[in-house]
Amino acid sequence: MEKRSANGIKTIYSALKAGSWQTRVSFLIAGFGQAARGQIAKGLCYMFAQTLFILYMLFFGGRYLGHLFSGNLGVRLSGEVWNEELQIFEKVKGDNSFLILLYGTATLVVALLFFVVWFMNIKGNHENDARLAEGRKLTTFREDMRSLINQRFYIPLLIPPFVGLVFFTVMPLIFMVLIAFTNYDYAHMPPGKLFDWVGLANFKLMFSFSGGGTGFALVFLRVLAWTFIWAFFATFTNYFLGLVIALLIHKKGIKLKALWRTLFVIAIAVPQFVTLLLMQKILDGDGILNAILGTRILWLTDQRYLSLLPRVMIILVNIWIGVPYTLLMCSGILMNIPADYYEAAKIDGAGAVRIFFDITLPYMMHITAPYLITQFVGNINNFNVIWLLTGGGPVDNVHYGGGTQAQSTDLLVTWLYRLTTDQNPKYNVASVIGIVIFVISAVLSLITYNRTSAVKSEEAFQ
Amino acid sequence: MKTSIRKIGGNASNIFVYALLAILGTLWVLPIFYLVYTAFRVNPSTGIINQLFPEGLKLGFGNFTRLFRDTMFSKWLVNTIIVSASSCALTTLFILMVSYALSRMRFKLRKPIMNILLVLGMFPGFMSMIAVYFILKAMGLTNSLLALVLVYSGGAALSYYICKGFFDTIPKAMEEAAILDGASQFVIFKTIILPLAKPIIVYTVLTSFISPWCDFIFVNTIISDREKYTVSLGLYKMINAERNSFNDNFTVFCAGSFVVGGIIVSLFMSMQKYYVEGITGGAVKG
Repeated sequence: MEKRSANGIKTIYSALKAGSWQTRVSFLIAGFGQAARGQIAKGLCYMFAQTLFILYMLFFGGRYLGHLFSGNLGVRLSGEVWNEELQIFEKVKGDNSFLILLYGTATLVVALLFFVVWFMNIKGNHENDARLAEGRKLTTFREDMRSLINQRFYIPLLIPPFVGLVFFTVMPLIFMVLIAFTNYDYAHMPPGKLFDWVGLANFKLMFSFSGGGTGFALVFLRVLAWTFIWAFFATFTNYFLGLVIALLIHKKGIKLKALWRTLFVIAIAVPQFVTLLLMQKILDGDGILNAILGTRILWLTDQRYLSLLPRVMIILVNIWIGVPYTLLMCSGILMNIPADYYEAAKIDGAGAVRIFFDITLPYMMHITAPYLITQFVGNINNFNVIWLLTGGGPVDNVHYGGGTQAQSTDLLVTWLYRLTTDQNPKYNVASVIGIVIFVISAVLSLITYNRTSAVKSEEAFQ
Repeated sequence: MKTSIRKIGGNASNIFVYALLAILGTLWVLPIFYLVYTAFRVNPSTGIINQLFPEGLKLGFGNFTRLFRDTMFSKWLVNTIIVSASSCALTTLFILMVSYALSRMRFKLRKPIMNILLVLGMFPGFMSMIAVYFILKAMGLTNSLLALVLVYSGGAALSYYICKGFFDTIPKAMEEAAILDGASQFVIFKTIILPLAKPIIVYTVLTSFISPWCDFIFVNTIISDREKYTVSLGLYKMINAERNSFNDNFTVFCAGSFVVGGIIVSLFMSMQKYYVEGITGGAVKG
C-alpha cells in the first residue's frame, strides 16, 4: 500500500516537474491536456466532472466540509429572534448538527472520488507525454472504449457494485465512526439541541472504572466476557455435535442415511427468526414446555446465578438452529476423506476411537479451521438469537445499572442496538461499542485470512 | 467364531446408533411438528397455547383463512417477493461482476481492493443502520420497497468470497483459446465463464433470494407503514409488538410461518444439490 501511494506521489511530482505545458495546465483544469492534444471526448469528460465538482462545492458541500474541519457542528439553534427594525419575532432556521455531519461526510467522500478522477487525469497526461516522447500516437476515444471491455474490463465490472458500497456501507461507516467523537445522545437531539465534538470523552467513559457509576468499564468487561463465552460455546457445540451426528449417519451399516439427514435438515427450511420466535413462546413462563412438564420454570427470564438458566437455554436453542448446517457441511467433507487413510489405519489395528482422533478430527480441523474462525466472528455478532429469545434480558439492575442500559444476556451488538433504539438513545456510546466490535472482528478475521490457503493458492487450479 | 462375535458387536453398536439418531431426530423434528400442529389448530384458536390437547380440539384451515382475510399477509407476501426478486437479481449480478474482476483479471489495484473489501466486511451492519436510515431519508426513499432493495443489494460486493473461490478453480486454458481467437474479456465472461459457473450462480441466487425473507431488523428501521411490511416483520409484529398478547395471534402466526417455510422448503428442494455444493465448497475454500 505504502509503496503504491509513494508511486502515485512520484507520478504527480514528475508530471509537475518534467511534464509538458499541457500536462501542467491539467493540474488546474482537468482534461485540458487531453483536449489540447486531440483526445477531445476524454478531455471534455474530465472538464465536465471538474465543473460539477466545483459547482457542488460552491453551492452545497463546501459549507459542510468547513463545519467538519472548523471544530463545531453548528451553533445557531432554530427559534425566534427579535428583529429590531421590523419590531417582530422572526423564525430562524438554525443549524442541525446531524445533517451537518451527514452532509459533511458525503462531501468528504465526493471530494475523495474527485481526487481519484483528478489523479487519473494527471496520470493520463503523464502517459501521453511519454508516448509522444517515444514518437507513438495517442489512443483514440474508440480505442479507449474498446479497452474497457478488454484489458480494463474490470473497471466497468467493479464500478456499479462499488457505488452501492460507497452509499450503503462506506458513507454510513465513516459517519458512525465520527459520531463516536461527539456527544450525540438523548440530551443532544438536533434540531432541538445541538451536539458537538467531544474528543475522546466517550472512550474514556467506556474504559474507565471511576466510582459513582460513571465509568462503564466494569459493565463493558461483563458484556465482553459473555460475548466471548457465548461465541465459544455457540461455535464449538454446533461444530462437534454436527460432526458427531454426521459420523453416526455415515457409520457403515446404518441404513436410510438420506432419511436421517433429512430429519435434521428440515430445520434449515424454517426461517431462523420464525424458529427463534417459536422457541421463545415454547420456553415462555406460560409456554407449552412448562405445561407439558407441569413446572413453572422461567426458562428465559430467571435472574438467579447471574442469569445462568437463560444463558444455557440460549446456547441450547442455538444448537438446535446451527447443527443442521454443520451437519450438512461435515457430511460433505467426510465423504471426501481419502479412503486409503482409513484402510491404512485399519491394517495398523487402530480402533474406531483412535481413527476418529488420529484421522477424522485432524483432517476436519485442517479443512474447517477458517470456517470455525468465521463462525466465531459471526457468533460475536449474532444479533438474532439473543434479541429474539431474551431481548438481552433479563434486566439485572444489580450488575448492569448506572445508565449503561446493558442487560444480562446482552452481546456487544445487542447492547449497541439497544443504545440506538432505546427511548433515551446514546448514539455516541453505541458508536464506541461498534468500533470495539470492529477491532475484535478485524483481528480475528485477519488471522483467518492470512492462514486461509485459498488466498495463498488462488491460482493453484487455474 | 471370531467373526460372529464381531458381527454381533457391530449389530449392537448399530442399534445404539439407531436409538441415538431416533432420539436426536425427534428432538429436531418436534418443534417443527408443534408449529405445523398449531397452524392447523382452529378451535380453540386463542387464549390457550399452553395446553397440548385442549378441550374441544378441532383441526382445519381456519387459521389460513384468518391469515389471508384478517391480516395483510397477502400484501406482505407480494412485497417480499418483489423485494427479494429484485435484490436477488442485483446482488447476484454484483457478486458475479466483482468475483470475475478479482478472480480472472490481473490489475494493479486488485490486492488493495480485496483488502479494502475485507476490512469493510468486518464492521457490524447494525452500527451503520441509523446512518443508512438517514441517507435514505435524505434521498426521500424511506417507507419504500426500493429502499429495501438498495439496502439488501448495496453491500453485495462484500460477499464475493465463495463465488471468487469458484472462479479461481476454472482452468485458465479455457479462455486462452478464446483470447487467441480475439475474443474480448466481455465475451469470455459471457460465453465461457458464466455457463460454467451455474452451480455457484444458483447458490448465490438462492441465498440472496432467501435473506429478505428472514431479515426483520432493517425492515423495522426503514419501513413504518404497515402496507409496506415484508412477511418477516409482519409475523414478528403479529406476536411481539402489538397491544394484544401473543396468545391471540399465535395460531395465525404459526399458519403464516408454515406458508413462508413451505415456500423456502420448495426452493431448497428444487435446488438442494447446488446449495450443498455451495456451502461445502465455501467451507473448504474459506
